[in-house]
Amino acid sequence: MASDDIYILGIYMTKFGKYPDKDTVDLAAEAVMAALADGGVTMKDMGIMAAGCLMGQGGIGQQIQKQVGQTGIPVYNVSNACATGATALRTAIMAIKAGECDMGLAVGVEKLAGVGLLGASPASKGSGKEWKATGRYGSVANTDGLIGTNNMPGTFAQVGMEYGHKYGGATFELFAKISEKNHAHSTLNPLAAYNKRMTLDEIMNDIMIAYPNTRPMCSANCDGAAAAVVVSGKKLKTLSLEQQRRAIKVSASILTSDPYQEACQVLPDVNTLTRIAAKQAYEQAGVSPSDLNLVELHDCFATAELVHYDNLMLCEEGGAVDFFNSGATWRDGKTPVNVSGGLESKGHPIAATGIANIWEVCHHLRGEAGPRQIEGAKVGLAHVIGLGSACGVHILEKSAL
Amino acid sequence: MTTTQVPLVDYLALGDKPHLVANECTSCGARFFDRRNACASCFATEFKKVDIATEGEVRSFTIVTFAAPGVPVPFVAAIVDCGGTSVRANVINCDPTPEKVTLGMKVRLATYSLGNDDNGAEAIGFGFEPIA
Repeated sequence: MASDDIYILGIYMTKFGKYPDKDTVDLAAEAVMAALADGGVTMKDMGIMAAGCLMGQGGIGQQIQKQVGQTGIPVYNVSNACATGATALRTAIMAIKAGECDMGLAVGVEKLAGVGLLGASPASKGSGKEWKATGRYGSVANTDGLIGTNNMPGTFAQVGMEYGHKYGGATFELFAKISEKNHAHSTLNPLAAYNKRMTLDEIMNDIMIAYPNTRPMCSANCDGAAAAVVVSGKKLKTLSLEQQRRAIKVSASILTSDPYQEACQVLPDVNTLTRIAAKQAYEQAGVSPSDLNLVELHDCFATAELVHYDNLMLCEEGGAVDFFNSGATWRDGKTPVNVSGGLESKGHPIAATGIANIWEVCHHLRGEAGPRQIEGAKVGLAHVIGLGSACGVHILEKSAL
Repeated sequence: MTTTQVPLVDYLALGDKPHLVANECTSCGARFFDRRNACASCFATEFKKVDIATEGEVRSFTIVTFAAPGVPVPFVAAIVDCGGTSVRANVINCDPTPEKVTLGMKVRLATYSLGNDDNGAEAIGFGFEPIA
């Protein structure tokens, strides 16, 4: 291992679900303490902490420290929509790369069970009203529902439909089949919020949220946390052989924002920044999409998963529909995608997601994934996208030991 | 007595031929509908007003059946390609079903009343309706 390589030394995700008796600090503390224990280290070894909780009041990192260990290290509280967890991880990695420390901690936590529709804003009130222009568009009323939709299911529905318009074949049934796959995968994941297999009929006939996304085709709001300990290659060499054997190499760590494209301020462009991040990640890691043994990608909606097959270059440009129909992304396929169950079934506690997907990949690369183990997994990719937009891509590799 | 009309958004021009107006970057031609500080594409700071075509084609859509409290559903949210400029709008005067709304369908701008405020001013909204 090269001295300037970065490794995941310890990592953990809580079971995703409903925790009425625990707050965000409880969940994050569980994840942090377990990630440290997994890596065989303590808070005393950490040189930096990066933490995220999108719906929180801020200062989540210091609140966690007050429960698990206040050592005076710098804390970066980060916020980057659904890419918050990946941003926290990348922040810790950058501190190590910059030579400021040799070990760091990243944690993401969210309590979302029962919050309902994300992104939607209530209609303006009618009484005593005056049509008065406000904001950057000079609007006299809340435009959500009058000029398109702000809610997430509808936004990502349009992302998938746009792909269908461009390349064809993206039917309601196709999107539902993607969801069917992820719900089927989740039956093997005891940490998923939902473990129920659903038939195509059940998915298509469930409550329609925003055509073509029915309820099970939307990410599941739930509570959860995930944390990771990262270490420099130089430091890892001084640790035990067991720690070195279980350490997972971070072959690429990339974060991008959305570059200007025509229409990107009309409908968020989640494609260009993902494609750029993927390209940079493959170059940095020196691997190609065909080398990947598994992929955890940001299926916040079934309509999103389809476009990211293409954006992550898992298939030919424009070929995502055929790629899915070939069975490639099922767990026994060529490129298993979201064997955890994905956001649709494992769940999506926003700030935890960008570390939980890394945990899933590490679990397989370590050969510790039990009944859902992808046999012989050596290389995996984790992708998240936060609307607005931010995209995180990490490529992970099994230890050579 | 004539009623004062106000557009739902600044970029909707009312009058005999209602249409949308964009801020176009004089340097690179990028078009924006909001108040600008600079161009997101080339960072220039000069803009001119340009009229947007009132006919276009639906490039993407969704039929929203769950929305925030007070937002009437179902409605069709869409991205309409108006002669090369993408516009966000609802598809109106059309059944909100996947049988009636289709990718690539031809549409044109239409306006409608959002009601009067306490001063008697009438707000005018817009959407795109199918070209029969």
